[in-house]
Amino acid sequence: MKQFLHILVLCSFLNKIEGKQLLVGPGKHYASIKTAISESVANDSVIVSGGIYKEGNIIVDKSIFLIGKDFPILDGQYKFEILSIKASYVVVRGFRIRHSGYATLNDPCGIKVYDSHHVSISNNYLEDNFFGIYLQFCKKCIVKNNQLSSHGTEEQRIGNGIHCWKSDSLQITGNVVSGHRDGIYFEFVTNSVIWRNISFNNVRYGLHFMFSNNDSYISNVFKGNGAGVAVMFTHKVKMINNTFSENWGDAAYGLMLKEISDSYIIGNNFSKNTTGIFMEGTSRIKVESNKFDANGWGMKIQASCMDNEIVRNNFVGNTFDISTNGSLVLNTFNSNYWDKYEGYDLNRDNVGDVPYHPLSIFSVIVELNPPAMLLFRSFMVSLLDKSEKIIPSLTPDNFIDNTPLMHSLKL
Amino acid sequence: MNRITKFIVLDILKNKIVLVYTLILSILSWSVFSLEDNATKGLLTLLNVILLTVPLVSVIFSTIYLYNSSEFIELLLSQPVKRARIWRSLFFGLSSSLLLSFLIGVGIPILVFAPSDVSMMMLLVGMFITTIFVAIAFLSSIVTRDKAKGIGISILLWLFFALLFDGIILFLLFQFSEYPIEKMMVGITALNPIDLARILILLHLDVSAMMGYTGAIFKDFFGTTVGEVVVFAILLLWIIVPFWTSLIKFKRKDL
Amino acid sequence: MIEIANLHKKFGKLEVLNNINLTFNKGECIALIGPNGCGKTTLIKSILGMVIPTKGTIKVKEQMISDHYEYRRHIGYMPQIGRYPDNMSIGQIIDMIKNIRKSEHELDEELLQRFSLNKMSEKRMRTLSGGTTQKVSATLAFLFNPDILILDEPTAGLDPLASEILKEKIIAEKQKGKLILITSHLLSELDDLVSHVIFMQDGNTLFHKTTGDLKQSTGEENISKAIAHILKRNNNE
Repeated sequence: MKQFLHILVLCSFLNKIEGKQLLVGPGKHYASIKTAISESVANDSVIVSGGIYKEGNIIVDKSIFLIGKDFPILDGQYKFEILSIKASYVVVRGFRIRHSGYATLNDPCGIKVYDSHHVSISNNYLEDNFFGIYLQFCKKCIVKNNQLSSHGTEEQRIGNGIHCWKSDSLQITGNVVSGHRDGIYFEFVTNSVIWRNISFNNVRYGLHFMFSNNDSYISNVFKGNGAGVAVMFTHKVKMINNTFSENWGDAAYGLMLKEISDSYIIGNNFSKNTTGIFMEGTSRIKVESNKFDANGWGMKIQASCMDNEIVRNNFVGNTFDISTNGSLVLNTFNSNYWDKYEGYDLNRDNVGDVPYHPLSIFSVIVELNPPAMLLFRSFMVSLLDKSEKIIPSLTPDNFIDNTPLMHSLKL
Repeated sequence: MNRITKFIVLDILKNKIVLVYTLILSILSWSVFSLEDNATKGLLTLLNVILLTVPLVSVIFSTIYLYNSSEFIELLLSQPVKRARIWRSLFFGLSSSLLLSFLIGVGIPILVFAPSDVSMMMLLVGMFITTIFVAIAFLSSIVTRDKAKGIGISILLWLFFALLFDGIILFLLFQFSEYPIEKMMVGITALNPIDLARILILLHLDVSAMMGYTGAIFKDFFGTTVGEVVVFAILLLWIIVPFWTSLIKFKRKDL
Repeated sequence: MIEIANLHKKFGKLEVLNNINLTFNKGECIALIGPNGCGKTTLIKSILGMVIPTKGTIKVKEQMISDHYEYRRHIGYMPQIGRYPDNMSIGQIIDMIKNIRKSEHELDEELLQRFSLNKMSEKRMRTLSGGTTQKVSATLAFLFNPDILILDEPTAGLDPLASEILKEKIIAEKQKGKLILITSHLLSELDDLVSHVIFMQDGNTLFHKTTGDLKQSTGEENISKAIAHILKRNNNE
């Protein structure tokens, strides 16, 4: 339905391509973009040729096409917000936008869209800006195939890559974001989709997601971000087919869930994170067909979580598969593959005949006393683990997968 | 290799116990890798071998060999040979033959089945552990003339390093969990070569967990190149200090 | 050739050597005698550097021996009980010692042949009888033509034939002008060998005399009787 709508939107654009072309550039009719825009009317195209343009803050307040040819450079000289879009039905395409100003009060951006709808921003390079692309109070906008990079080292000194606030029905597709504070930031954004983006090496989160109901994010890659991905205070989120990898650190998670309900985590790949999924206060989530591979902790499920279903996942090569901070278990584990499972399968139905306790005593000890990690894989700890497997005393005995699989699932 | 070392190496290589040790190591390694479909799990099993079997065999075999060499030492001492040279030759002879067993028994299977930086690290660490426990055997056999006592001391030292030490650390961790003792704990692990070796391998094997949790101590110390160099330097000290002490004692010993 | 001055050795509290002062010269054949535990072997081992003295100095060929080892090139030592690595054969032991010594002197293989050890060089040391082991020890002591020979109970455990061969050898070496130091309690054996006698008791040297002096002062015909005479006289005083 949504796609159909977008096609309609596109068609409506096509119908309106009747305006005139205003050429900007050295030797062209207009020397400055600003004058070209001021002389344009709705549906006109402002076509900018290659070159460097230092025009301070450019405001687009008409429904025009702003098209770059050979990637003209719009330079903010570290002083200005470069492109401010204050009209609907604007298209921005093909620019290299760099060096926006830096201020903590009004968040100057590479491109900022104010209270508009049907704005499309695509195929731009945004380099070394405070914020990259900023949408506020927007509807039905598209941010597609842009490459955003910056060189943030401290959270305070750098803004987010794609920042969306109080918006609805957005499409964030095929962007590559790195070196910002949060790669993609969603707050109060509903009915939107984040698809096929790559967000890596950002200072804080690859994706920061709060109070944003009914959204989906699909087939994105989040890699090497300071704290991974955070999804908080939201319900009805679909997280499908994403890759979360190499998010390392004391408080870094592949995916951190806080106060999430009625959501799906399906077909994702959690690889080489300190913690694959960290869950706190989540309920009614289905975690299915995911791959947890070479993480420090596959999943950390805090005692505040309930009615979550963890089924048909592969847990392979994790230091600890599961850990928790309490003894209350209100979640179910079924039919997962655990490479640490040492049971047998006499009737050869590919389901282990003895249940598996995914919680090792040492993960409980480390939870209580983190520096104990120093002793991991020592002979004494192996003895502890073995004896606990035989006579569980410290680990909750209902923390159990009754139908562990003998072979890994093909995911 | 000087003549005496050469002679000792040849003598040890003829020893059945060393042959059996090599054989057991290689049976263990080959079976571990061919039974497990996952090379990492194989490496984990081998890690236990390196941290338990290798030091045990190294320390006990060397202690017994040293006591059995007392005649040999006496014979050499009446010849124009420097005392230090005899002791050093015994050390080089013992450690090089045990290293050879280790490399044949564990090295070849590891290189065939799981050649990676983790396995190279394991080999390196295993070689250090072998040499360290040979050095420890030299110390415990010079402390007392009584063979049974000397072997007892060796076994106790092994037990201490392999098991008791970690128990003490765990106890301390829980006793002082209210205090910031992480840094101190890193220092304390330097007192146990087996722990140092284990942490070196963990940093490569469980990189995700190690780089994260209690990040500060692991990443800031063990995780850096400097840290790794420091750890290897400490391991080297674990060879030099026990052997050196035993050498000084041997020079003053009446035979 | 050997000078011992103020030599003391304590094993724990036990004083084994108590202020020993001795000088041995070229061409002498000295019998070191005394009751069991009087410190004979400790004295010998001190000269060999196997026992480190508590106090005092030893010079071999004008050179202090502490922290040196090269002087042992001039010494051939035959221990009281030769202990050899079990797994080595006679041939291997001899080869190894040859290898270590790297002697430029011509080797003296007389004993090797006369004890017919060269015929059983394949035999392992653990299979040998005590006597054969002693033969190996004797062979090794004489093998390198050393200037000094230290023989600790050389004839103990040897059969009369071998004993005789060894004695002949000792006399021959003595005539070549070597210094020979023998400990033994079979005093009768020493009569035709020794030129000097040292009697040790409780870590002290009771006397150090030439055999001529000894016989003259006591008026006895052989050494054993002379010593017995002296001991009796001491007891009476």
